[in-house]
Amino acid sequence: MSIDADHGLQPATAGSGLVDAEELARLRRRRAERIGQWVLPALVVILTIIAWDRIVVWGGIPHYILPRPGLVAATLVEDWPLLFESLLVTLQITLGALAIAVLGGVGLAVLFTQSRWIEMSFFPYAVILQVTPIVSIAPLIFIYVDSKIAGLLICAWIVAFFPILSNTTLGLNSADHNLRDLFKVYGATRWQRLRFLQLPSALPYFLGGLRIAGGLSLIGAVVAEYVAGTGGIGSGLAFRILEAGYRLNIPRMFAALLLIALTGIVIFASLSFLSHMLLRKWHESAIKRET
Amino acid sequence: MQPDLHPSDAPVGARPPLLAMQHVDKVFGRDVVALRDMDLEVGQGDFISLLGPSGCGKSTALRLIAGLSHPSSGSIRWARDRVDGDLSVVLQEPTLMPWATVAQNVFLPFRLQGRRFRAVRDEILEALKLVGLEKFQNAYPRELSGGMKMRVSIARALVTRPRLMLMDEPFAALDEITRFKLNNDILALREKIGCTVIFVTHSVFESVFLSDRIVVMAARPGRVIRELRVDEPYPRGEAFRTSAEYAAQCRAASEALKQAMGAHDEH
Ligand SMILES: Nc1ncnc2c1ncn2[C@@H]1O[C@H](COP(=O)(O)OP(=O)(O)O)[C@@H](O)[C@H]1O
Ligand SMILES: [Mg+2]
Repeated sequence: MSIDADHGLQPATAGSGLVDAEELARLRRRRAERIGQWVLPALVVILTIIAWDRIVVWGGIPHYILPRPGLVAATLVEDWPLLFESLLVTLQITLGALAIAVLGGVGLAVLFTQSRWIEMSFFPYAVILQVTPIVSIAPLIFIYVDSKIAGLLICAWIVAFFPILSNTTLGLNSADHNLRDLFKVYGATRWQRLRFLQLPSALPYFLGGLRIAGGLSLIGAVVAEYVAGTGGIGSGLAFRILEAGYRLNIPRMFAALLLIALTGIVIFASLSFLSHMLLRKWHESAIKRET
Repeated sequence: MQPDLHPSDAPVGARPPLLAMQHVDKVFGRDVVALRDMDLEVGQGDFISLLGPSGCGKSTALRLIAGLSHPSSGSIRWARDRVDGDLSVVLQEPTLMPWATVAQNVFLPFRLQGRRFRAVRDEILEALKLVGLEKFQNAYPRELSGGMKMRVSIARALVTRPRLMLMDEPFAALDEITRFKLNNDILALREKIGCTVIFVTHSVFESVFLSDRIVVMAARPGRVIRELRVDEPYPRGEAFRTSAEYAAQCRAASEALKQAMGAHDEH
């Protein structure tokens, strides 16, 4: 038996001398687009910084209202020991909350798919926890929880776990029904079905939820720090912003803000990368098409 | 365990039984009668086509035999107790796991039996060789054409050397050329491993070319109205496809199908 009639993996004939002008134009466009993707945003940032600097200088704005970009950079370097320590604290809370959100979200989702009754009983409460603004729950949490770190973790977790829970639940339930039948014909146990069918089916959904949760846990950590509001050693970036605000140290506010934004970007980029690496071999979202 | 009879060992009707459906009814909801009073004796080595218009209960009958649902009344009995790997199915969709390679997909029935990949690697490669895809064992399904995916699905069904293979319109979504080829191949494979096949189709040509028994079904309510025999011996090839015998059988099956489409139960 041969497979000549229905091949799928034939390499394109190379070096045949045939050239399609339209194809070449398309390739050129694609390359330009790839370069533009990086160059254009960088250009916008540079222009914005220059404009900012010029506005401050030409408008004669005092540095305690709007510092020049150079001053922000200098503050970042000067205050680095303090800010870096705070960055570590915020990062710790964020990543810790994200880790608990992953464990809790996936664990609950698995529990939900094992029993419709459990899902019906508890899903509404997950929704309630999600739709209640964290700033309104946080003060209560800090009253009942003694450890500040634990309080911060709980707040960040509440914000972050829902996208993981709801996406993973959706993913676990979206396993192809023909494959479900096949597993049944082959006598799969509940555990085998979960392990070999439902979890892999849920992976793309879970990763989508994870990317959202990464950003949210940073937001949760920052908001919780604002609410907790106590200073001293072991304070995160949000507290540095508050503190600098009281002292009218605007450059430091900008420096801390810059660090938070960068942290958010790095988290999102790493989770996107993780997602790409895990799905690139098989999932449509990670496959580049010709057209 | 005694191996099943090879199809060429005995004529249709004289083969030892594999399984029997008796007075099987299947009702969905309150009043959708998908099957009424279906009797079917399946002999070892039979190649049975279930032929009929859509909605006549072909898939329902297959799901009942596969144990995916249960008769509302009547019984389905295996002559010998069914064990792991005795039964396999091929559906209209190739139904592959997109996250797994071709070899891992074919490994599935063994994996669900709790066996290790290394222990069954030879069987997997053998099955892939049978369908001509041994070079693609590490490819992912998305890299394959529709016909190749269907071959993987068939390899997965063959890999446990089942006694009964259920196929639900496996080639309906493929183009004519691929379909002809796969029809030839499925017969060749069956010669090699000698299993019993129940094949659902709504193509008269396919049913005549492939099977030695054609069970014609009608809809509303789903039921068997005729059974035809195709006595042409296996192996069958292009010579059969162009023969007068084939044309006559197709005509007879078409007549029966027309009758099935016109037939309505008064109720
Ligand atoms: N799960 C189900 N629930 C309700 N009705 C069904 C179900 N499965 C099949 N049916 C009905 O049973 C009849 C036979 O369906 P099916 O066996 O799929 O036909 P075929 O495969 O011959 O096209 C149809 O009328 C169909 O609508
Ligand atoms: Mg059907």
